Amino acid sequence: MKTIVIKPKKTFSWNDFKEVWQYRELAYFFAWRDIKVRYKQTFVGVAWAIFQPFMAMVVFSVFFGGLAKMPSDGIPYPIFVYSGLLFWQFFSTALTETSNSLVGNAGIITKVYFPRLILPISGIVTKFVDFGIASLILVGLMFYYNFVPNLIIILILPLLLLITFIAAVGGGLFLASVNVKYRDVRYILPYFIQMMLFVTPVIYPASIAGKYSWILAMNPMTGVIKASRAALFGNAPINWELLGISLIAVLILLVIGVVFFKKTERHFADIV
Amino acid sequence: MKNAIEIKNVGKKYNITHQRGGYVSLRDVITNILKNPFKHAKHKAKKALGRIEKEEFWALKDVNLTIKKGEIIGIIGSNGAGKSTLLKILSRITPPTTGEIKLNGRVASLLEVGTGFHPELSGRENIFLNGAILGMTKKEIVERFDDIVEFSGIEKFLDTPVKRYSSGMYVRLAFAVAAHMEPDILVVDEVLAVGDAEFQKKSLGKLDATSKTEGRTILFVSHNMAAIQRLCKKTILLEKGKVVMFDETEKVINRYIAEIGSRGTETKWKKEEAPGDDVAILHSARIIDENYNKIPFTTADKKIGIDFTYEILKNEYTPIPNIHIFTSTGERAFMNHEEYNKKLGVKGKHRATMWIPENLLNEGTYTAQVVVSTMKPLKIHFSQQEAVVFNVIDNIMNSRKNDFNQKIPGVVRPRLEWENILL
Repeated sequence: MKTIVIKPKKTFSWNDFKEVWQYRELAYFFAWRDIKVRYKQTFVGVAWAIFQPFMAMVVFSVFFGGLAKMPSDGIPYPIFVYSGLLFWQFFSTALTETSNSLVGNAGIITKVYFPRLILPISGIVTKFVDFGIASLILVGLMFYYNFVPNLIIILILPLLLLITFIAAVGGGLFLASVNVKYRDVRYILPYFIQMMLFVTPVIYPASIAGKYSWILAMNPMTGVIKASRAALFGNAPINWELLGISLIAVLILLVIGVVFFKKTERHFADIV
Repeated sequence: MKNAIEIKNVGKKYNITHQRGGYVSLRDVITNILKNPFKHAKHKAKKALGRIEKEEFWALKDVNLTIKKGEIIGIIGSNGAGKSTLLKILSRITPPTTGEIKLNGRVASLLEVGTGFHPELSGRENIFLNGAILGMTKKEIVERFDDIVEFSGIEKFLDTPVKRYSSGMYVRLAFAVAAHMEPDILVVDEVLAVGDAEFQKKSLGKLDATSKTEGRTILFVSHNMAAIQRLCKKTILLEKGKVVMFDETEKVINRYIAEIGSRGTETKWKKEEAPGDDVAILHSARIIDENYNKIPFTTADKKIGIDFTYEILKNEYTPIPNIHIFTSTGERAFMNHEEYNKKLGVKGKHRATMWIPENLLNEGTYTAQVVVSTMKPLKIHFSQQEAVVFNVIDNIMNSRKNDFNQKIPGVVRPRLEWENILL
C-alpha cells in the first residue's frame, strides 16, 4: 500500500513533475471544464474567439495601415497585422489566464489537494482552441488576398505555438505566485500587456527598427511572429537562429517561473 | 493491525499579520517604500536579522496520534481549537510547521461538499468534474455513475445546469459524488451540517456502512454530537491546538459538554483579541434575566435575555445583529435577527438584546453564537460561536411535567393552546 509522508518543508524534486503526470486526468478535466463553459453556448463562444482579433485587425488596418501608412513588408496590411495578432492574442490571453489561475481557483485550492501546477497548464488549453478558431479567419484572408502559404508553416507552427506556450506559462507562473501575495497585480497586468503589444512587432514589421532590431529580438514573441510571417508570406527567410534564441529564452523564463511557483506553492492555501 | 495514520509532534504556526485578510497590495508596499525609504530598509534589515518579534500563533502544537486501520474517529473542540487546521494538514492543503505524518493508503478529503462545482455545467458534467477533483479516476466515475445518480435522487435534472438547482438538490448531488469515493483514509469536515435531515441520515449510514465493510479509516469533525456519537467509537478532543483527550466517544463528549457548561454566562473580549473586522467588533456577551441582571442559569418559565455589546467602527454599512441558539449536541435550535433599521449602522457602541420568551426552550444546555453581518452585500463582520453558554432548568415549583419524571423530548417546549371538547 502506498504511504504518504507529510513533512514541514518538501524539497523541490523531480517527483513533483511525476506527480503532475499522475494527476493528468484532473488536468484534463479542468481543461474540459473551461472549454465546456466557454463554448457552452457555441455561437457566443466561437463568435467571441473570432470577434476579438477580428475587430483589432479592422481598427489597426484603418488607423495604422490606412491612415498612418505603416509599412508591412509589402504584404496587405490586414493580413499582415492579423497574423501577428493571432499569436499575440494567444500569448496575452494565456498569460492573463495563467496569472489568475491560483486566485481564480482559490475555492478549490483551499479544499482539495492536487499538484497546483496543473491549474495554470490546463487553463491554457482553451486558448489553444481559441487560437484554432481565430486561425480560420486567417485562412479566409489568405484566400481573399490570394496568398499561397509556404508549406513550411505546417512544420513550423507547432514549434511557434510551443514557444508561445512556454513563454506564457513561464511568465504566468511567476505572476500567479506574485498575484497571490499582492492582489493588485492583476489590475496592473492588463496595462503591462498593452504596453508589451507595442514592443512586439504586431502592428509594424520588425524591420522598422533598423539597426536597433536586436532590442526587439530580446522579446521572444518577436521571433515567433517574424517566423510565422516568413513562413506564411515568404517575405523573408526564416531566421532559425532567432527562433533558437527565443526558445532558450522562454525555457529560462519557464525555469524561473516554475521555481518561483514551487517555492510559494506550499503556502498558497494559507494566504489565499 | 497496521496503523492508518501516524501523527508525530505535529505543530502549525501562523504569523499574525496586522492587516486582516493576510495579503497586501503592491501599491501599499511601493507607497511605503517611496514615502519612507530609510524606515523601510531598516525594517527589512531587522526582519532579515530576526530582530523583529513576530506575533506567532500556534494553531496546533505537539499533536501525537496513532489511528488504526478501519477506525472512525470523531474530532471535537470549540472554535479555534485547531480542528480545521488538523484536517487541512492531513489533506495536504497546508504543510505543518513541525513534525511528521504518515498516511498509509489513498487519502481523500471532504472539507466541503461540491468543491469545484461549476454553476454553468449540468449535473452530469459536474459529477465528472467533482469526482475528478475529489481524486477519482475517470474509469471509477464511469463505473459508479449510476449509483451516484441513484443516491442523489436527481435523475430528472441530470442535464440541467446546477445553477438552476435548489440548494437541497445541489447538496444531495454533491454529497452523492463524495459518498462514492473509495479512499483508504477519508477526512471529513463539518459537511453534514448541510442538507435536510433525511438526507443527512442516509449519508451517515453510507459512511458507516463503507467503513465497516471495506475497512476504511475515517476522521470526522463535527459540532453535531449526535452524529459523532452515532458514527464514532473513539473521539479526539482538541483544545487550543492540543489533544487533551482521545478516548471512547461517550467519555470525551461528556467532558466537552461539562466544559462548555462550566464556562461563564458572561464573556468579555480584550480589544486585541476581539472578533471582528474593520466595520464591527465584539466587546462582550452575557445572559440576563428580565431585570437585566446577569444570571448563571434560568428556569423554563422565565424570560431569558441574551445581549451583546459591539462597536461599529465605520458608518458605511448597516450591520444587523443576529443570534443563533444551539443545543449542547450542536444542533441549531433557531436563529433570529434584529429588523433592518438605519440606526444600526451608526458609529459607536451598541448593545443588542434578544429576548427568548418564557416556556420556549426545553431543559438543557444551550450555546449562543453572536453574529453581526451586513445583508447586502453579504458580509459577516464577526461570528462568535459559543459566545455564551446557559442552562435552562425546570422550575420544580412551577413544573408542567406533572408526574412525568423524565425530560420532555424536543429542543423546544412551547406552551401551546389546546382545545378539548367533550363530544
